[in-house]
Amino acid sequence: MFDRLSFPQPWLSLVLFTTWQILSDGVSGGSAVLGFILAWLIPQMTHGFWPERPAFVKTWRMPWYILRVLNDIIAASFSVAWLILSPRKPQPAFISYPLKLEHPLAISILASTISLTPGTVSADVSDDNKTLLIHALDSSSDEEIIDAIFNRYEKPLMEMFQ
Amino acid sequence: MSPFAEYAISALLLFGGAFTLVGAIGLARLPDFYTRLHGPTKATTVGVGAIMLSSVIYFSAIGEGIGISEVLITVFLLMTAPVSANMLAKAAMHIGVETVKDTKGKPWEQ
Repeated sequence: MFDRLSFPQPWLSLVLFTTWQILSDGVSGGSAVLGFILAWLIPQMTHGFWPERPAFVKTWRMPWYILRVLNDIIAASFSVAWLILSPRKPQPAFISYPLKLEHPLAISILASTISLTPGTVSADVSDDNKTLLIHALDSSSDEEIIDAIFNRYEKPLMEMFQ
Repeated sequence: MSPFAEYAISALLLFGGAFTLVGAIGLARLPDFYTRLHGPTKATTVGVGAIMLSSVIYFSAIGEGIGISEVLITVFLLMTAPVSANMLAKAAMHIGVETVKDTKGKPWEQ
């Protein structure tokens, strides 16, 4: 019965607590108590949905990855904006992307990255977690997009998770 | 407020507004459901990002401390936008929404 009183994910609890303090406009007694309750309750409720913890994650590489993604979002936004405004018709495509990542958390980070960078949306993951279906707004060559995603995002993620 | 901050805020607001407008135009102009998914999800990332940044500068310039809540809004937005785009795409595939004729490849059936 004591595992009901524990924090199954200490980092998640810490993030929730800090986020609540920021949201509630400064630390006070009330916000600390409510933040503590949320930091305990939310991980308990969502515990079953979390994939198992990866064996080893090189978290210090994450800031570089985020910077690269932000940079790509801005660069690619301009090309998508130009594509929307230009009279040329885009050439949409569904692309099956062969996944080399194995950890569910890594796959969901990759899928979110693909959706965030303009021009591509990840539509589905196959049931065996081996293929990712991507919809590209304008694709002249599928290989080019697959190569770009592999070199820019999947490789650094593989290094982080394995 | 210093004139420099005012110029920066105006420029960022215009930039963000322009991107949001382009996203809306994309929603109207693009040919099918899947391509239309791209317009709004992208406009939010850069457009809202620029508007949030201008809000951060404004509240820092009038001296109410740096706006951490704006950063939080951006983070929440960046975390939820891909999920909603993914759910929309999945739902569309599930009910078999038609694609434009020249789309390469096909959605899966599984």
